[in-house]
Amino acid sequence: MNLRRDVFQAIADPTRRTILLLVAAQSMTAGAIASNFDTARPTVSRHLQILTECELLRQEQQGREVYYHFNADKMKEVSDFLEPFRKMWDDRFNKLEAVMKKYKSK
Amino acid sequence: MERKTKIHAGEGRQDLTITREFDLPLSLLFKAYTEPELVEQWMGNKVLKLENKNHGGYQFEIKDVHGNILFSANGVIHQLIPEQKIVRTFEMENAPFPAQLEFLEFEALTDDTSKLTMHVIYRSVETRDQMLQLPFAQGINMAHNRLQHITEKLK
Repeated sequence: MNLRRDVFQAIADPTRRTILLLVAAQSMTAGAIASNFDTARPTVSRHLQILTECELLRQEQQGREVYYHFNADKMKEVSDFLEPFRKMWDDRFNKLEAVMKKYKSK
Repeated sequence: MERKTKIHAGEGRQDLTITREFDLPLSLLFKAYTEPELVEQWMGNKVLKLENKNHGGYQFEIKDVHGNILFSANGVIHQLIPEQKIVRTFEMENAPFPAQLEFLEFEALTDDTSKLTMHVIYRSVETRDQMLQLPFAQGINMAHNRLQHITEKLK
């Protein structure tokens, strides 16, 4: 399923993860989001576009401003939405296992 | 390859269970949680404090090359039984997520293999679901050095 691949690709990027984290805590305008990064504004806009295209972010007009919201339902729609969480722990525990095997052989 | 790490998260509950079988003897698995130099290697953060005892505490931190703090977390160790159990809290500093309670149980499967069962309890169903949806929120990859200031502002 394309949707699923897109969501996982979207969260594979550290800047996009940071954006999601920011917006999950509080809806923000593109300008407010960009002001938190040293990277060029168009780069941040591109990230916002990708996140919006895969529907992890929703845009909402409020007066003259467009606010970005985190769309938590999108993650739930993905059939295996636990997978990123599981993968994070799996990577971490793989590291633990590797570190301890090296430690044992010393 | 078989998936060794399993997550059980019941719908509408505020807890979850993470289990993992290791190709390591129990003593080494437990050591990975209690030796600061080893914790630093697999967790990828500095260990400022790690008191492996009942009523102890711990403090982790990640700084960038300029000395800015990217991630900091702390907790209290409620109970520690060597090679059996650690009960502790975990809280990220300057982040909009409440503390969580963690029960870590260590057991030997064979002489060379072991198992960790981690039962995590969140403040609410909503907090747990947010953590599941934003796994990276748990401070693994705080890629940006200004995130701390940002989250501070959001509080």
